[in-house]
Amino acid sequence: MATQEQRTSITWDYAPAPESPDHVRLRDSYGLFIDGEFVDPVDGTRVPSINPATEETVAEVAFAGSEDVARAVRSARAAQPGWAALSGLERGKYLFRVARLIQERARELAVVESMDGGKPIRESRDVDVPLAAAHFFHYAGWADKLSYGMGGRPVEPLGVAGQIVPWNFPLLMAAWKLAPALACGNTAVLKPAETTPVTALLLAEILQEAELPPGVVSIIPGDGSAGATLVREPDIDKVAFTGSTAVGKNIQAALAGRRIPVTLELGGKSANIVFEDAALDQAVEGIVNGIFFNQGHVCCAGSRLLIQESVADTVVSKLWSRMGRLRVGDPLDKNTDVGAINSREQLERIESLVASGEEEGAVRRTVACELPDRGFWFAPTIFTDVAPAHRIAAEEIFGPVVSVLTFRTQAEAIEKANSTPYGLAAGIWTDKGSKAFEVANALQAGVVWQNTYNKFDPSAAFGGYKESGFGREGGMSGLRPYLKVAS
Amino acid sequence: MSSRLPVRKTYKLFIGGAFVRSESGRYDRIEGDPAAAGVNIPRGSRKDVRDAVAAGRKALPGWAARTAYNRGQILYRFAEALESRAADIGAERADVEASIDVLVHYAGWTDKFQPVLGGINPVAAPFLSFSLPEPTGVVGVVAPDAPPLLGLIAEVAPALAAGNTVVAVLSDEQPLPGLDLGEVMGIADVPGGVVNLLSGRRSELAPVLASHHALNAIVDVSGDAALGAEIDKLAAESVTRVRHTTPAESYEAATGDPLSRLEAVTELKTAWHPVGA
Repeated sequence: MATQEQRTSITWDYAPAPESPDHVRLRDSYGLFIDGEFVDPVDGTRVPSINPATEETVAEVAFAGSEDVARAVRSARAAQPGWAALSGLERGKYLFRVARLIQERARELAVVESMDGGKPIRESRDVDVPLAAAHFFHYAGWADKLSYGMGGRPVEPLGVAGQIVPWNFPLLMAAWKLAPALACGNTAVLKPAETTPVTALLLAEILQEAELPPGVVSIIPGDGSAGATLVREPDIDKVAFTGSTAVGKNIQAALAGRRIPVTLELGGKSANIVFEDAALDQAVEGIVNGIFFNQGHVCCAGSRLLIQESVADTVVSKLWSRMGRLRVGDPLDKNTDVGAINSREQLERIESLVASGEEEGAVRRTVACELPDRGFWFAPTIFTDVAPAHRIAAEEIFGPVVSVLTFRTQAEAIEKANSTPYGLAAGIWTDKGSKAFEVANALQAGVVWQNTYNKFDPSAAFGGYKESGFGREGGMSGLRPYLKVAS
Repeated sequence: MSSRLPVRKTYKLFIGGAFVRSESGRYDRIEGDPAAAGVNIPRGSRKDVRDAVAAGRKALPGWAARTAYNRGQILYRFAEALESRAADIGAERADVEASIDVLVHYAGWTDKFQPVLGGINPVAAPFLSFSLPEPTGVVGVVAPDAPPLLGLIAEVAPALAAGNTVVAVLSDEQPLPGLDLGEVMGIADVPGGVVNLLSGRRSELAPVLASHHALNAIVDVSGDAALGAEIDKLAAESVTRVRHTTPAESYEAATGDPLSRLEAVTELKTAWHPVGA
């Protein structure tokens, strides 16, 4: 049974500080965004999108059927030559417009993102939405400089891109996919995630406001079957997917023999390594950010905490104390640290993996905090006495659950960190510069953060080693998946 | 007039720096290549592929940790050794000469592709952020039938330049030039296990290679669409990177777009180091 401890006696009572949704004007129902218009699905359905914090409907959303997917691809195909024929400067100007419109509607987008996905408003306001705008702004400026980003080679767009994004950063992931694709002269069909389609549809409105030519972007919400249909469409030239490793493998296999470029940004079990010479209080803040940011629904979450033995007890004690002060609850409250779990399905997956951790003998501590009666919630949880073979040390939980392992030497830390099929990210906590560079160099991970975690920037490449996928998003390297060298 | 009996060469696989017989004990005879008349070509097996990948994996940390300068010198030494052995390689002279020049070309890339493919990221936060390409790991090469040497070297050279180790499945029809390469590398300071060469039947060996979970990337130059699709499917089991390409028929083709070849066998790592606090 779980070891439940009472919250520490010092509690800070905050008055509720909810962000008002008054300025949000959502439609009752959204169609599919195809060829520049919101349209009814031909063979799809209409599904309510649920607020995971209240289980109330945010809006009804059309889900694409296979004919809808085909229709979107046809419109993207028709629009592609004209889009590619625009000068880079003109394409870029459309993207600059989009970036500006996202900034103008930032507050509304942030509120809807938190309503539809359950993430704290502090994060959607300070991270998701500003970074989405920044990505469009960054790639807008690439549109007339593409060959400089490709080592001086002459380049051409690939054509029509099929893009599938996950539910953890719905608007931001849409921006990561669309901005480089469009800058490079491709057109795109984007499928948002099943549980979080609404901000992508607000982005569709923004694309209309920006007067983006019809068909350059279609946005077609749907479930996994719509995504499976999209990647199998014969008339696409590029697939980009962010999501689980299992689905990524299916997509890679489904494209066998097609010879079309694929980018996969998949799961992780990233190591966050705390050395004994780290600034421990700073490290604790970083650990919290690494695993409890966005309820741990982060592909690069620092879910394997590796602590040097000499400081392990101290760090765990400080961390547990800090966890007791995390505010779990209403995502729209500006003081909330940990919001709602994105869906019932994800909650069940977290519960199942946590149960396996207890069964396999790890020691569980879960913060005792009041959770709302409705909605999907999971309180911050730490496992100690974790063995590397435990499922909670090897499998991606994608929730607010951190597994603690220890090490004695730097070599052991590196070996343990690399001992996983994944390779997305890692954190290093030390104040010794040469050590940080040496360890960062030895880690098989696409992103390594020293004395910080979960930092993203449109100018910095992001993507995985090994089974965390291939291809990069962000910066100059984010252009390559959307261009070919001109023959 | 003495009629001296020539000493024939026993062709063997090249795994972990050693010349070994196929563990299967099998061999093939090749029709149509006069140079291969009467030669027993070792027919590599599933187990040989696994041994070769293990050898590549074992050699990887040491090779990847060499300085770029040192890797460049070894690739250049490889070119020198191939030049001096050019007459001994069972391939057309033009094929050998183009291969030598390709090695020279990629010897020069070892300390240059990093700033071309990576660089400093001007992030909006107080961090020194940079992205640099690193070797992906063990790279499989499924070599074409022709040209037998250049078609192989054009893919092996960029993989080595980037710090990867290689397991190559040689041409079905003309494996001898590839097998001869082992002898050249032995005198060129290419460490054992950095390049592993397997003869045998491509249709049998390539799928085993593609499905090996310790393989990080595979470059398919077979030109066989059905085999290529099978490689794709098997590679997906462990998210192995796949590049299909056509055989390099000339020096120009092998070096016309070196960045694409280097990108296919590298991983970009982004590091964030704090500035200030």
